[in-house]
Amino acid sequence: MSTIHEYAELLKQRKLSSVELTKQYLARIEKADAQIGSYITVCSDDALAAAGKADERIAKGEATLLTGIPVGIKDNICTEGITTTCASKMLYNFVPPYDATVTKRLKNEGAVILGKLNMDEFAMGSSTESSYFKKTKNPYDLTRVPGGSSGGSAASVSADLAPYALGSDTGGSIRQPAAFCGNVGLKPTYGLVSRFGLIAFASSLDQIGSFTKDVTDCAIVLNAIAGYDKMDSTSVDADKTDYTKALGLPLKGMKVGVPKQYLESGIQTEIREAVENAIKVYEMLGAECEECSLPLSKFALPAYYLISSAEASSNLARFDGIKYGYRAEEYHGLTDLYEITRSEGFGEEVKRRIMLGTYALSSGYYDAYYKKAQQVRGLIKRDFAACFEKYDVLLTPTTPTTAYKFGEKSDPVAMYMGDICTVAVNIAGLPAISIPAGLDKKGMPIGIQLIANSFDERKLLTAAYAYERETGYEKLRPTVKEVE
Amino acid sequence: MTFETVIGLEIHAELATKSKIYCSCSTAFGADVNTQTCPICTGMPGVLPVLNKKVVDYAITAGLAMNCEITEYGKQDRKNYFYPDLPKAYQTSQYDLPICKNGYLDVEVDGAIKRIGITRIHIEEDAGKLIHDGLRGASLVDYNRCGVPLIEIVTEPDMRSPEEARAFLEKVKSILEYTGVSDCKMQEGSLRCDVNLSVRPLGQKEFGTRTEMKNINSFSAAYRAMVGERQRQIELIEDGGEVVQATRRWDDAKGESFEMRSKEEAHDYRYFPEPDLVPIVVDREWVERIRASLPELPDERKRRYIAELGLPEYDAKLLTASKSISDYFEKTVGLGAPAKAVSNLLMGDISRILHEREMESIPFEPVFLAKAISLYTEQIVSSGALKKIIEALFDEEKEPEEIAKEKGLIQVSDESALIPIIQKILNDNPKAVEELKSGKEKAMGFFVGQAMRASKGSANPQLVNKLVKELLKI
Repeated sequence: MSTIHEYAELLKQRKLSSVELTKQYLARIEKADAQIGSYITVCSDDALAAAGKADERIAKGEATLLTGIPVGIKDNICTEGITTTCASKMLYNFVPPYDATVTKRLKNEGAVILGKLNMDEFAMGSSTESSYFKKTKNPYDLTRVPGGSSGGSAASVSADLAPYALGSDTGGSIRQPAAFCGNVGLKPTYGLVSRFGLIAFASSLDQIGSFTKDVTDCAIVLNAIAGYDKMDSTSVDADKTDYTKALGLPLKGMKVGVPKQYLESGIQTEIREAVENAIKVYEMLGAECEECSLPLSKFALPAYYLISSAEASSNLARFDGIKYGYRAEEYHGLTDLYEITRSEGFGEEVKRRIMLGTYALSSGYYDAYYKKAQQVRGLIKRDFAACFEKYDVLLTPTTPTTAYKFGEKSDPVAMYMGDICTVAVNIAGLPAISIPAGLDKKGMPIGIQLIANSFDERKLLTAAYAYERETGYEKLRPTVKEVE
Repeated sequence: MTFETVIGLEIHAELATKSKIYCSCSTAFGADVNTQTCPICTGMPGVLPVLNKKVVDYAITAGLAMNCEITEYGKQDRKNYFYPDLPKAYQTSQYDLPICKNGYLDVEVDGAIKRIGITRIHIEEDAGKLIHDGLRGASLVDYNRCGVPLIEIVTEPDMRSPEEARAFLEKVKSILEYTGVSDCKMQEGSLRCDVNLSVRPLGQKEFGTRTEMKNINSFSAAYRAMVGERQRQIELIEDGGEVVQATRRWDDAKGESFEMRSKEEAHDYRYFPEPDLVPIVVDREWVERIRASLPELPDERKRRYIAELGLPEYDAKLLTASKSISDYFEKTVGLGAPAKAVSNLLMGDISRILHEREMESIPFEPVFLAKAISLYTEQIVSSGALKKIIEALFDEEKEPEEIAKEKGLIQVSDESALIPIIQKILNDNPKAVEELKSGKEKAMGFFVGQAMRASKGSANPQLVNKLVKELLKI
């Protein structure tokens, strides 16, 4: 028993208080997170204070579904007064003087923030190995990675160190770790959830989303975090909707497209089989499944790495040692201060991407790289648009493989290839969800991905929920030992 | 060899918005350091910009006043460079789709009208200010100015002399003031310019190699910089040297420019579209609404002064060059003062006193000037006394009549008081009486002067004139 909707019921019936629930989670973090390493910061005192307030609110009958329920937040989402590091030495001591809009929205719901979750440094990576602070282990196998960049978020939910968590997804950073750790991971449409207070990696691709234990919780969290924010010019002023209403709708007449390019080479057999099984499940439930084509898929990955690195090279320029965060201890003059601070403050992967992005934007190369990548982006959007004229959702693997061992992907390009199934969605700004689809022979979770047209999150949730009800894969849980 | 100078300008004007371009911090000048800042304008991690719509309004206003086309679909771009006064390490500006383009202004130099092309007007944010603390050997940053909205006006290389460039700068300043787009306070740095200048042998078609002098914050300094740089380039060429394309700094105190960085060292700003902001879409309705609200501009006002108030062209041009002077003029005339009298005082004594006292605006209300002028037109005070009253008004805003009384400037218009004085002068100066009687009008001046002296300046000169003639029966 550990979903939001289950806890909400217990809290409502006063069988459990938020303070009790929060203490349970803090105790479990204390006992189990030493092995998992999902949290960078745990804020027990603030959490208990928030839980106390939530209990008062519940007593007054003013609770929402999230009131009094603990949550973990990825460490690139600003939390007022709580260190927000982006898992980087550069921001090891940065305490934001403000809340991100999503943080504020969760607080307004009476959520209890347990702490800040580990990630790849500045969300650049797919294994959480690039964190400055620690490695996060996959709760299913401690010798394997949890995925990334939101590895801490995925692992914490999987190991039940948080009922749910927030993460961010620039090229798969929610869906891939959700698949690796057996969570439901949603990357909403670009513009649905405010980015204000999310420390930017690639502004035109970043989107905040959730890690939950099932699809119902996913809809509940989306209800809380979605919606227009005047502080984010790219947020969309769309009608408010209750996403839980999409759960349990019949699938009859739903058209599911299966893009063939996503099942071609390099996909682990068990994952291909999981997609094939999902097709059978959907057909059985009354949906029509059909092979379809996204011919430009192979260009998504290079376009993604150019655009995201270009934006990152500019977004991360503000970390210069002048105003906050790390500053080199010894330097002579301004240029020296910049160079030493940035050389010491950033890790290898971040520096690699800054170099790549700086190059792509340089005079004389802009047209060949950045501009070309943006043109490809336009074409990929068209590719998807054509598919959505025919299909309600698209079904693909979330990842080409299940979670691999630490150090296994030491070549950066091999690591980048792991994003092959997820990046196109960000390029096109679409919503996508990864849902658990069983385990492979090694006992590692498999994720399948559903993609919908912009702002069609309801269709995603309808399809995901139906699959979950039929298969029950969301009930799989790893065994994580508690150490006294 | 005769050389021709080619000048292009880039003018930065701070807009008169109350809040900054991407956040709600105040733009007021002179606040304590770092008191008008927030996470957004100090570039904290995770913050996002939201464009102040008023900035676009002002840019469109400036564009329309300068005969520009307004871009329907504009965007903002990031200009990337590292400097401590730029907390995001990029300036949000506009690269290839500025709000306004292809405009022009006509300027008048030595009676000839010259059309200067305006390439573009774009919006961008200002940077903060570095303060060098000599005591601690440290550099500190004040972010109050960071995010203050600017427009940058870029001209074609259409100016052929420092005089033309100066006339253009003055024209731009008066338009920005008239439209309320900028308060153009040079001392506060709200108007600054970069000068691009080259020379070429007269008759040569190709431009010479140009240099750029950055961040000049007064028109007189800009003029001196242009004269100086023209001279430097001509001498260099005449000595067989070559002008090197470079960015230079004009040292106004030394009267010389110094090379800051050469072309090779020029920054690669790696412009790219700002992903945190949406395109600026300006529809016709928006443009027309602003066009309809444009105020009377200096050229129109000048024409009206000539046609309706009968001012000479010289007066009309001078008055309308400054919006504040011109507004003051209108208010004073509106109170019934004769236009030419007001114009004379504004262009003459008042502007002299403003200059002497280094003041930017007239410290007393137009009603006081109107009253002072009416004392003169009603012959209660003399023209000399009027000047004294105005001088006194600069010290203290006070009823002009009271000033005239206190200072004993009221003219004696009482005949019975003047007759004995004049009679005595006539008696004492028989030779002058003879001259006057023989038709030498000059002698009258002598009597008036004597009467003024005897009455300590309080005699009404017209009355003296009349009484002299009556007493001598001429």
